[in-house]
Amino acid sequence: MNLQFILNGKAWEMECEEQETLAEVLRNRVNLNGTKVSCEVQVCGACTVLVDNLPVSACTLLAYEVRNRKVTTIEGLEKPDGTLHPIQQAFIDEFAFQCGFCTPGMIMAAKALLEENPKPTEAEIIHYMDGNICRCTGYLPIVKAIRRAAGEMAQERRS
Amino acid sequence: MSAEKKTEFTVVNHSLPRRDGRAKVTGRATYVADVRLIGMAYAKVLRSPYAHAKIISIDTSKAETRRGVYCVLHGGNLVGLNPYFGHAVKDHPLLAIDKVRYAGEPVAAVVAVDERTAFEALDDIDVKYEELQAVLTPQEAMAQDAPLLHQRQFEAGALRGFEGEVTAGKGSNICQQHRIQWGDVEKAFKEAAAVVEGDYYFPMTYAYAMEPYVAIADVNDQGVTIYSSAQHPFMVRHDLKTVFNMPVSQVRLIVPFVGGGYGSKSYTKIEPLVAACSWKAKRSVKLQLTVEEAMLTTRSDDAYTWMRTAVDANGKIIARQARVFMNTGAYAENSPLVVEKSTNRCVGPYSIPNVLIENCSYYTNTVPASSYRGFGCAQVTLPGESQIDELAKKIGKDPYEFRLMNAAKPGEEFFPGMRPFDGTLKQDLDMAAKAIDWQEPLETGHGRSIAISGSDAGAYPLTSTAIRVHADGSASLMTGSTELGQGSHTVLPQIAAEELGIPIDKVRVVSSDTAITPYDRSTGASRTTTLMGRAVMEASREAIQQMVKMAADVLKVKVAQIEVVRGGVRCGEAQLNWSEVISKYYALPDGEVIGRAYIRKDGDFAKLPVFWEAACTGVELSVDEETGKIQMEKLATVGDVGLAINPALAEGQDIGAATMGMGIGLFEELVYDGPQLVNGSLLDYRVPRFSDLPKKVELHLVENQDGVGPYGAKGGGEASLNSMAANIANAVDHATGVRIRQAPLTPERVWRALKEKKVQG
Repeated sequence: MNLQFILNGKAWEMECEEQETLAEVLRNRVNLNGTKVSCEVQVCGACTVLVDNLPVSACTLLAYEVRNRKVTTIEGLEKPDGTLHPIQQAFIDEFAFQCGFCTPGMIMAAKALLEENPKPTEAEIIHYMDGNICRCTGYLPIVKAIRRAAGEMAQERRS
Repeated sequence: MSAEKKTEFTVVNHSLPRRDGRAKVTGRATYVADVRLIGMAYAKVLRSPYAHAKIISIDTSKAETRRGVYCVLHGGNLVGLNPYFGHAVKDHPLLAIDKVRYAGEPVAAVVAVDERTAFEALDDIDVKYEELQAVLTPQEAMAQDAPLLHQRQFEAGALRGFEGEVTAGKGSNICQQHRIQWGDVEKAFKEAAAVVEGDYYFPMTYAYAMEPYVAIADVNDQGVTIYSSAQHPFMVRHDLKTVFNMPVSQVRLIVPFVGGGYGSKSYTKIEPLVAACSWKAKRSVKLQLTVEEAMLTTRSDDAYTWMRTAVDANGKIIARQARVFMNTGAYAENSPLVVEKSTNRCVGPYSIPNVLIENCSYYTNTVPASSYRGFGCAQVTLPGESQIDELAKKIGKDPYEFRLMNAAKPGEEFFPGMRPFDGTLKQDLDMAAKAIDWQEPLETGHGRSIAISGSDAGAYPLTSTAIRVHADGSASLMTGSTELGQGSHTVLPQIAAEELGIPIDKVRVVSSDTAITPYDRSTGASRTTTLMGRAVMEASREAIQQMVKMAADVLKVKVAQIEVVRGGVRCGEAQLNWSEVISKYYALPDGEVIGRAYIRKDGDFAKLPVFWEAACTGVELSVDEETGKIQMEKLATVGDVGLAINPALAEGQDIGAATMGMGIGLFEELVYDGPQLVNGSLLDYRVPRFSDLPKKVELHLVENQDGVGPYGAKGGGEASLNSMAANIANAVDHATGVRIRQAPLTPERVWRALKEKKVQG
């Protein structure tokens, strides 16, 4: 099957099998290992990527579904000069990960949240992020990181 | 305590950002799942549908002829290997041999060109079984006519202190027994002013490390090389050495970043199987388990505890007695140690003059149980800390005051033969009580609890490390401690940078490659900061001593004339930094100095435990009496860590552990219906989510520099889990007057208990 899509701002075209998931295509065909696979039943959110800016579980989405669409993965956030996205920086600053296995999906879900709602309350963060599991941090540092990132991004927009 | 107290630090005791931060937020951090070797094949595992059955025959001929399949392994074609492993006893075949002992046990493995081919070929394997009667609980396993899971005598594994002592494989289903006793329990209970007694159950739980077990093996005439998500690469090496009958130098374990462990990646799991696959297929092989398969690989021991505790008329605890039955599943794994530790931990961090604890774990036809964060402590802290509250209520004392009165004091040898207590429970209790507003009035339907735990840390003192100081003044820290997320790659270089007086950015951590990094026994039992941290401190100091001698040689003065200053040496007017010392010594801007340290059970570490892992947690919760649902209102953790090398990371360990403990208190439980695990998927096994976050959280540390680790540090990271289930049960009692002696306190259990209370009036 021929597959064309925009990945992190760049057009890709490749051959893949019909039954391949987006996570498999990203990891095995494009060598983008940042997207992690854990529960494989859309519960944990580790494989979250953005398709046309909306969060989806790449572990269960057939790659076919993203044809001619825009896919953003964790690898697409850092600027070419190495500057981290404010959410990435906030995750470092707030110690919002330990083992790091949930982190790419967590950051992608947070990005979708802040695009949809640039100034979320704590309750809104908790509600939006409830589909992403972290087993290490107890979530509190992640909530703080998202609030910090929201503040940073608001400042960026003003300046 | 020889580790000197020091109050001014440059690098340690600061919450520096994680060294693995950038890699982890950009998706560049490499886990074994991300590793691919050229020409690598893939394995998939066929698992038993039966809990207990004889294997009559296995026909793999159809699978072997499928296009893309390299080979099929099963228990009958492992000739040439020693297929049994286990660090306590070698009772665990890498694939079932002659019979299966739990539903989900690996029976055969297919190695193929890709994962899908291997997976599809599993259907082509024809296994004929003769089903046997299964035993699923300790009660069934101990019955007179119970079928035996294991018939053979086992060889001992590498676990020190257990050679010849493990009870496993001696004609019964008993896996391990342990007993501690002092004083006269019978007499004390007769003389007691008040006694509480009850039966408690702590469930089977699944650690859910988000990265499921994964390993890649390459077995060739050079030896065995394995990439694995293992916490203890050196312990795994020992098992592979015997499977392949090779010297340890021929076995190489490499552990990149690990996606969560929490004890579940302790010791050997799938490494012998994937190595056997590579050996048979004559190429490198990757075996990536799914989460469902990981749930069929390791769980925690569930525990049935009968316990009673007595006080005298003054409210002093005078006796505790317990009988614990643990369910260790089909293979021993680390359960012998879990049994020993849970026995000791029944005492809690209390001074009790009369104690009798008997513990016995049984083999059953369920998923093998092993280490889980806290090592058997949570299992018995549910009864232990529940009874403290039950007693306090019975004699009309405030549970906080009651704990304070009976808790072990700093320096007290409250556990005969063990290291005197090195924590300060009064401070821990005070801080937690304040954090959850202990003295303030409560709303109706709310309850609160505060609980302590003190574990004899399982950290066995056998650790070595090397630090290479290079001619440009940078350093490579060689450590066998694995970065599981706990922050070892941040904390250890902080210590090296503190000692060497160089910026932390100049310290690179080289970790967990048994061919390169010096021996470290394990990464578990909260040992890394205390033992590896101390080794890093001493290795850095040893490097400095060598550089002092080199400086004396360079400056042509006596060693005694050299004074060590931060980042270098001084002698009169002359001042040299490390880069200058090394470059001048070798007369080239190159070369290095290797500082080393070896830690063994001697000196500061002669007395076990090497530290008491002490912590206090406090909760406030509310109970919806209509539905039985518990809402966590407040959570406080207090880690009694001696000195936090990185306070933010230490607090992160505490909230993470407390959240796991909260999960067990509220909803985590592996459920068996007959011989089948019925909630063996993340769809059905409920772990804490964002919405379970308590409304108010406070994290505190007590830093009295009272440990034997670097600068007085002690381990943390387990203790805040241990007391949480008891805290939740106590707070529910406080809120509703209903005592539940079983975790998790699911809405249904709470609702039924409330209903029963109403019926009884």
